[in-house]
Amino acid sequence: MPLQATIGLETHVQLNTRTKIWCSCPVNADAPPNTAVCPVCLGYPGSLPVLNREAVRKTVITGLLLGCEIPKFSKHDRKSYFYPDMPKDYQITQYDQPLCLGGGLEIEVGGRKKYVRINRIHLEEDVGKSTHLASASGIDYNRAGTPLMEIVTEPDLANEDEAFAYLTALKRILQYGDVSHCNLEQGNIRCDINVSVAEAGAKKLGVKAEIKNMNTFRGVHRALAYEIKRQLKAVGQGETLVQETRRWDDDRGVTQSMRGKEDAHDYRYFPDPDLAGIVLTVEQIEAWRSGLPELPDRRRARFVESLGLPEGDAEVLVADKDVADYFEQVAAASGGNAKAAANWVMSEVMRVLSESGENVTSLKVRPGDIGALIRLVDAGTLNSTKAKEVFAILLEEGGDPHEIVKTRGLAQVSDQGAIKAFVRQVVDENPKVVEDYLGGKPAALQFLMGQVMRLSRGKANPPMVLELLKEMLAES
Amino acid sequence: MSDLYAKSLRELRALMDAGDCSSRDIVQSLHERIEAVDGAVGAYLERDLQNALKQAAAADERRAAGEKGAMLGIPVAIKDLLNVKGQSCRCGSKLLEGYVSPYDATCIAKLRAAGAVMYGRVNMDEFAMGASTENSALGLTRNPWDLQRVPGGSSGGSAAAVAADAAIVSLGSDTGGSVRQPASFCGCVGLKPGYGRVSRYGLTAFASSLDQVGVLSKTVADAADTFGCIGGYDPRDSTSVRQALPDVSGAFSGELKGMKVGVAEEFFGVGVDPEVEAAVRKAIEHVAGLGAEIVPVSFPHLQYAVAAYYIIAPAEASTNLARFDGVRYGARVDADDPVEMMKRTREAGFGPEVKRRILLGTYVLSSGYYDAYYVKALKARALIKRDFDQVFSACDVLLGPVSPTPAYRIGEEINDPLTMYKGDICTIPANLAGGSGMSVPCGFSSEGLPIGLQILAPAFSEDRLFRVGHAYEQSTDWHLRKPQLSASRRKTGDN
Ligand SMILES: [Zn+2]
Repeated sequence: MPLQATIGLETHVQLNTRTKIWCSCPVNADAPPNTAVCPVCLGYPGSLPVLNREAVRKTVITGLLLGCEIPKFSKHDRKSYFYPDMPKDYQITQYDQPLCLGGGLEIEVGGRKKYVRINRIHLEEDVGKSTHLASASGIDYNRAGTPLMEIVTEPDLANEDEAFAYLTALKRILQYGDVSHCNLEQGNIRCDINVSVAEAGAKKLGVKAEIKNMNTFRGVHRALAYEIKRQLKAVGQGETLVQETRRWDDDRGVTQSMRGKEDAHDYRYFPDPDLAGIVLTVEQIEAWRSGLPELPDRRRARFVESLGLPEGDAEVLVADKDVADYFEQVAAASGGNAKAAANWVMSEVMRVLSESGENVTSLKVRPGDIGALIRLVDAGTLNSTKAKEVFAILLEEGGDPHEIVKTRGLAQVSDQGAIKAFVRQVVDENPKVVEDYLGGKPAALQFLMGQVMRLSRGKANPPMVLELLKEMLAES
Repeated sequence: MSDLYAKSLRELRALMDAGDCSSRDIVQSLHERIEAVDGAVGAYLERDLQNALKQAAAADERRAAGEKGAMLGIPVAIKDLLNVKGQSCRCGSKLLEGYVSPYDATCIAKLRAAGAVMYGRVNMDEFAMGASTENSALGLTRNPWDLQRVPGGSSGGSAAAVAADAAIVSLGSDTGGSVRQPASFCGCVGLKPGYGRVSRYGLTAFASSLDQVGVLSKTVADAADTFGCIGGYDPRDSTSVRQALPDVSGAFSGELKGMKVGVAEEFFGVGVDPEVEAAVRKAIEHVAGLGAEIVPVSFPHLQYAVAAYYIIAPAEASTNLARFDGVRYGARVDADDPVEMMKRTREAGFGPEVKRRILLGTYVLSSGYYDAYYVKALKARALIKRDFDQVFSACDVLLGPVSPTPAYRIGEEINDPLTMYKGDICTIPANLAGGSGMSVPCGFSSEGLPIGLQILAPAFSEDRLFRVGHAYEQSTDWHLRKPQLSASRRKTGDN
C-alpha cells in the first residue's frame, strides 16, 4: 500500500476580550512592557484567579459555530512545568473536561469538499514573552493571562493544502464569531502540528512528529510539505522514526529535532483548587446559540438568493466578514441596487484596501456614502465617471456626497436644450467626421460623442448625448 | 495605664470608648511588652513602631470623630504569609528575602478599613509547613509557658505572641490545624472559620483547598469580633462563599440549654496523652453541666485523615510553591541559563520540610501514581466529609482534643516527620471537610502546659463555636492564667 500522511492541528487563538482571563488587566499587545500587569497575572504570592465570563462566552460561541457539544460542566486544571515566562510555573488550562467537545468544519481543496472533525476546544491562559538581549534576558508579562482558546482537530488532514484550507476556514469562522482579532503578526493565532506517515488504510498511525509554535499559515504549509517529504523518504527507505518535537526553521526551510519523547514533560495535571468548575445552564447555552452570527456559507447563499448576486460576487464578498458587513450596508443604502453595491465594493473599495493595506472599517468613505452615489447615478443625477471622482474625494476627505456634487458642480447635465447646443457645436465643427459617419464608419460616432462630453466637462448625461447626436446626424 | 498589653480586645475597646486610653497608648504599651519579653519568646519577625503609631493616631482621630467599631484602634499581629502592602512577606522562608507586598490581602484591607492597626509580622513554619514553627528559616519561637518547648505551628508566632501578652489578637492560617494546635499549645483561643468564609486573596497559598485565615486571641468574644471583621464574600476569591456571616449576638448568653454536643470516641483512640484525655473529658462534662446534651456519635474514617491530608496538601503545595523561582521577586541565585537559575534558587531557598513536601506532592501527581495516591486521597476526603455530615445530623457541635499531646520540647520531634504528621490527626478532618473549628483552653498538664478543647461545627455555623466556647470559657478560669515570663530586655531590639 502507498504511504499516506496524517495531520492533526492544535490551534491556539487569543480571544479579543477587553480584559485578561483571571484579572482585570487590559488585553493590550501595544502597551509598554510590563505595564498591563497586576499581582494576579504576575503570579504574586497570595493572588488568586477569577474566571472572565466573557472568555467563556467567546469560547462557547466558537464551539457553537463549529457544531461542538457544550457540556454542562467543565473545569480548569493546573499543568506544571518550569519556564521563566510562565508566572506561576504552572499553566491553568483544561485537561479532561474542556468547554467544547466534538464538532468540525468543512474545507474545500481542489474542488473537493472534506469535513474536518474537531476533537475539543478548551480555554487556558497565555504566557509572557521572553526577549533575549545581548547581556541579559527580559520578560514582558503583558501577554501573560491573555485568554487563549485551543482548538484541537482529529487527525483528519492528509496534506499541507488541507491544513492550509482548514486554517483559512477556521480563521474566517473566528472572525465571523468576533472572538479574536485574528492578527497573525501579533501572534493571535498560533499552531502546533502533529504529523505522521503510515500505509494508507493502516489501523495504527505512524510515529508522529510535533512541530511547535507556527505563527503563519504559509509557514504551516511549507513546514508540512517539508516534513511529510522527509518522513515519506525515511519510511520509504525502511528507517524507523522516533517520536519527537521538531522546530521549523523558516529561513532554511527545514524542520529540526528539538527533543525526543524521553524528554517529554510529565505535566502532572490536576484540578485547580483555586477555581470552582464552570456550570453552564441549558438556558445560557441556548441564549448564546440564538445570538450566533451568520456564517460565511449561509451568508453567501443569502446574497445569491435574496440579493440576486452572481455566485462569484457572493463568494468574493463573504471572504472577509468586515468587507461583507460593509457591502451589506452599501446595499441597504443603495435603493435596492445590490449588484451596483457589489460592483462598487469589489472594484473600488477592495482596490483601495489592497493598495493601502487598510481595514475596511477604518475607511473614510462610509457605506452609506457609496449607497448615495449609487442612487445618484441611478437617478441620472451623476454619471459613473463623476461618481468615481466623488468617491476619490470621499476617500481622501470624507464628507457628504450630495454636498460634494453640489459644491463642485459635478451634477449631470440632463437639460435637452443645453446638450442640444453642445451637439450642434460639435456637428458644425467636425464636418469631416460627420461625413465619415454618414459614409458608414460607426467609430466616428464615438469621437463625436467624446467631443460633446468634453465640451460639457464630462457632466452631460451620456445616453441623452447619444440620442440627440444620432437624431441630429440623421437630419443632416 | 501601664498594663494595656495584657487586656483583651473587648476590654481595650471599652477603655477607648470611655476615653480612658487611646490606640496610641495601646501600641506603645505593646511595644514595651514586646521589648521586654519577645527576646525570650521570639514571636516577632518584624515590627515598625512608627508606622503602627501612625495607624493608631488615625484610628484615634476616627474615634474622636464619633466612629465606633469592633476593631477601631486595635493592634493586630500578622502571620508572615499574609500580604500587607508595603511590608515584607517572607512566609518564614529565606526565598522571599527582599519581597515587598504590592497589595493588601482582602482580610488586611478589611481590617484597615475597620481601623485596626497592623502591628508586627509574626513567625511561622516555612510556608506554613510544620506544627512547631521549628521549620521557620527566620528564627526560633518558644512557648511562653516553657521556653524549652515549641509553641506549635505553623501559626506558632501568632499563638506565642498572644499567649505572652505581646499581641492583643493575631491572624494565622489553618491548613491542617495550624491555628488550633498552636492555640492549644500556648493556651489561647484559636478560630478556624469554615472554608470559603474568609477570603484567601492575599494569603500565600500552601494548600488552596484547605487553607483558611484564622484568628488567635485571648477570649472567644475577641475571636468572634475579629472574625466578624475579616469574614465575608470576596469576588477576588472564587472559593469564597456568598453566605452572610452568622448572627453572633446570641452566642454570648452563656446559655447552652437545647444544644446537642457530640463526642466521637475515635478522637480519643489516636494515642492521646492521658492528661490531655482527662482534661478534655472533664471539659465535656463541664459543658454538659451548662445545659448541653451529650450525644455519642461515631467518626469511622478518622484513621484515613492523616494519609489523605499528606497527599492532597503536598500535591497542591507542589504547584502553589512553583512560582517561587527567583524570576520576579524574592531571593535569586544566578546561573547562566534561566532554568538553571530557577533550580539553584529553589535549592538554596527552600528548607528541608518544604522540599520534602514538594517532592511528595510532585510524586503523587506524577503520571502512573495519580490514581493510586491523589484520586484515592480524594475518595478518603469524601468519606470524611460524609462522617461529618452524619455527625452534624445528630448534634450541633463535636467536642474532642485538639492535639494528642501538649507542647513538646524543641528538637524533640523535628527529625521524625511521620510522628509529627500524626499529631495533626484531630485537626485535619475539619480542613478536609471544610468545616469550622476552634480551640479553647481547658486545663494544664502536670508539667504546667496548656491543653486545648476542640469544638467543631459545620462550615458556616461558627456562631455555635462561639456559643459553646464562650459559655465554657466564662464558667472556667483557664483563659485567665498567664505564663510567668521574666521581663528581660531582648538582645537585639528592633522597631
Ligand atoms: Zn493582571
